[in-house]
Amino acid sequence: MAKVLMKGNEALGEAAILAGCRYYFGYPITPQSELPAYLAKRLPQVDGVFVQAESEVSAINMVYGAASAGARVMTSSSSPGISLKQEGISYIAGAELPCLIVNVMRGGPGLGNINPSQSDYWQATRGGGHGDYRTLVMAPNSVQEMADFTLAAFEYADRFRNPVLMLSDGVLGQMMEPVVMPAPKDYDMDSKKWSLGYTGKDKTARNLCTSIFMGQEELEEHNWSLYQKYQVITDFFKANKDLAVEEYLCDDAEVVLVGYGIISRILKTVVEKCRKRGIKAGLVRPKVLWPFPSDVFAKLADKASKFLVVEMSYGQMVEDVKLAVEGKKPVYFFGRTGGAVPSDFEILNEVDKIVRPD
Amino acid sequence: MKQVFGKTNVLSANPTHYCPGCDHGVVHRLIAESLEELEVADRSIGVAPVGCSVFAYDYFNIDFNQAAHGRAPAVATGIKRTRPDSIVFTYQGDGDLAAIGTAEIIHAANRGENITVVFINNGIYGMTGGQMAPTTLVGMKTQTSPYGRDAATMGSPIRVSEIIATLESPAYVTRVTVNNIANQIKTKKAIKNAFTLQKEKKGFSFVEIVCICPTNWGKKPTDAHKWLTENMLPVFPLGTFKDIHGIEKA
Ligand SMILES: Cc1ncc(C[n+]2csc(CCOP(=O)(O)OP(=O)(O)O)c2C)c(N)n1
Repeated sequence: MAKVLMKGNEALGEAAILAGCRYYFGYPITPQSELPAYLAKRLPQVDGVFVQAESEVSAINMVYGAASAGARVMTSSSSPGISLKQEGISYIAGAELPCLIVNVMRGGPGLGNINPSQSDYWQATRGGGHGDYRTLVMAPNSVQEMADFTLAAFEYADRFRNPVLMLSDGVLGQMMEPVVMPAPKDYDMDSKKWSLGYTGKDKTARNLCTSIFMGQEELEEHNWSLYQKYQVITDFFKANKDLAVEEYLCDDAEVVLVGYGIISRILKTVVEKCRKRGIKAGLVRPKVLWPFPSDVFAKLADKASKFLVVEMSYGQMVEDVKLAVEGKKPVYFFGRTGGAVPSDFEILNEVDKIVRPD
Repeated sequence: MKQVFGKTNVLSANPTHYCPGCDHGVVHRLIAESLEELEVADRSIGVAPVGCSVFAYDYFNIDFNQAAHGRAPAVATGIKRTRPDSIVFTYQGDGDLAAIGTAEIIHAANRGENITVVFINNGIYGMTGGQMAPTTLVGMKTQTSPYGRDAATMGSPIRVSEIIATLESPAYVTRVTVNNIANQIKTKKAIKNAFTLQKEKKGFSFVEIVCICPTNWGKKPTDAHKWLTENMLPVFPLGTFKDIHGIEKA
């Protein structure tokens, strides 16, 4: 397929259609609005359904309904709207339904601002909603990955019967880059024999979608079975490291830079500039934020001497890196918050500080 | 001997968890019978609310979804848009539908979703132990209005059917009750009308059923039905507020 120049939000929308997603429910918010606008135009052309809901609360519950009926379905929003979706995400996780939720992060807390940010990392990876559950979280760093990860996200969602969260940001959503659209996938919702409204001849009992388990033993059993599934997801990404993490010049790195999403693009430049100056720098870029690729950091902690985590927040993922490094090596942090994007120059300064302490 | 009454196969054999005298069971039966008679049970999908009827799915032999508090119309929207040939209905209490879920019901009705909503108005929050609902009568004592509902600070009962009927899209909006056999027969008619319209893809249908909550009203079922007739019905008058296809005359 030929390269086309697209915004990240639009590339994600087109990729969702190629993944067989025909249902979108959402509510307008900047900086993700190009995505619903794109799908409002495209979905009717492919016999799909686009509904502008009355709120993010309703949108996620429409997703819950559509997913329970077997649809490949998605919603998208930006930070304040994602907060509103949390109850629904908890239900979707509890009822073990597949879907894609896109967060094009902006500055918070509160109404914050509409500039790019990474300050929803905790919300994304720690649950956000109530209860013992996990959401698979993916973090693209280019318009190409906005497309590629979307196809993968729908596959993971169906494979693990779990919601998948695409954690993007205002830069990735709005910037334009050339992208090669991935090949389309076939999807048949009647492959989900558990779905409501499935009427195949092999159906022997009615289908039920619920997240209530009144008995204490019943819920405990359900929660442990969820836990086991989360272990399976964790093991899957451990066994397929390339899907979960990108390592760049880490083999001989003394200082390992760590960042996800748009920050990782800047960090690559920083690593190259460091190398030119004789500083042995490397980069670890998690592509999947939950399950966190802890073992990669555990291994590097035996080789490298320092870690520097850079985020567009005042420090959230840095906690996961510290947990993985287990105090073996110092883990430094540099961040900009409130919608600011750090420059390579600023980060280089930080590297200088930790490499040549005065 | 000639059999004059039988349990519909759409109802399960599970023992009820509802309180003695509760109207939920009666309404469940009327829904189940209607689905059976319209021959749509095998493609029907119910959406249970949060409230006493959270386990409604235990009593129906059809596919079911259990929604978050107030969100059933949004969930039903997602299901119906995905499976347009299914018969999709929500079953909601007055806390669920008229308080926390006000946005969802208004907008599902306004979009004209081709679904049916069965709205149980018992003037109180049953499941949580008898708190004030948006439909609680002025002066009525509940756990959270221990001195009686004061209209000046707590508002007056919301008449949802009347509100829904102001919208352009809904096809059928009616208020019925199950306080006696004659009214139960009328309620069944209303439910059947609603499902018939949905089967014919004629739009959004809304059946409000004025019901009792003997436990939280602190009354015997017979007294409760008498109280309903004397106090609830003047505030929530029975009748059909909208019937754009004239189904009641058909
Ligand atoms: C988000 C949320 N808020 C509150 C509750 C607690 N809750 C459970 S049932 C209920 C009230 C239900 O009352 P109603 O809808 O009138 O139904 P009924 O029990 O009378 O049939 C409430 C407030 C909940 N489960 N979820």
